[in-house]
Amino acid sequence: MELVAFYIFAAVAVASAVVVVLQRRAIYSALALIVCLGSIALLFFQLGAPFIGAVQVIVYAGAIMVLFLFVVMLLDPASEVFSKNRLRALTFVGVPFAVLFVMVLTSTLGGFGTPPMAIPTNAMDQTVTVARHLFREYLLPFEVTSVLILVAVIGAIVLTKRPN
Amino acid sequence: MVPTTHYLVLGAVLFGIGALGVIVRRNVITMFMCVELMLNAVNLTFVAFSRMLGQVDGQIFVFFVMVVAAAEAAVGLGIIVVLSKRKDSLDVDQIDQLKW
Repeated sequence: MELVAFYIFAAVAVASAVVVVLQRRAIYSALALIVCLGSIALLFFQLGAPFIGAVQVIVYAGAIMVLFLFVVMLLDPASEVFSKNRLRALTFVGVPFAVLFVMVLTSTLGGFGTPPMAIPTNAMDQTVTVARHLFREYLLPFEVTSVLILVAVIGAIVLTKRPN
Repeated sequence: MVPTTHYLVLGAVLFGIGALGVIVRRNVITMFMCVELMLNAVNLTFVAFSRMLGQVDGQIFVFFVMVVAAAEAAVGLGIIVVLSKRKDSLDVDQIDQLKW
């Protein structure tokens, strides 16, 4: 039963990823990417990571993709033109190389088997475990990321300031 | 129970599709979205390994990857907005000068 659910989520993720790559208009790519992020969040939930799944939906699909949609609607990009040469290059060189790339990536995978139920599957316990590690062992990276976000905010404001 | 290898293969496939998109597409925003796709594939691999090893460290790293992706998206999209206002085009092939 879990295998069936995995295949459904995986099929939706791969199909929407293909739509992201091949769609000519940027707005449709953005919407397809939101679908892909949603299916990956479902996979996170299936992997026993409810906190990360919720963070994915809230932060990635809810904030970053909204930012992308804002920019797409602000700039109103024209439909990208796929010239005949580019389509030919895509089908005869691009896709075979992508397939070869994926095969090389997965060539060293042995059979890892089914995972043990070591992570507590209660969502509350699992969030507590993540928080416990995040604020003890990984406290320094956590604080550094807050500085990183501050730098990003300052950078975005400085970049888009109008020169008076 | 779903074997871990399934998740890893799915992550590799999504990464390959994202890499193909970054190389093939010319619109800057779509290239950015394909980079986000690659980052998500890596996140999936991290969580799959975290589940397999029974440790939570993989999920914490996913947290950090998401934070970095958010910061990168904010600054990158700011750059794209300024660039397109100046050049009036979103075509990557036309951004070929260091300073204009």
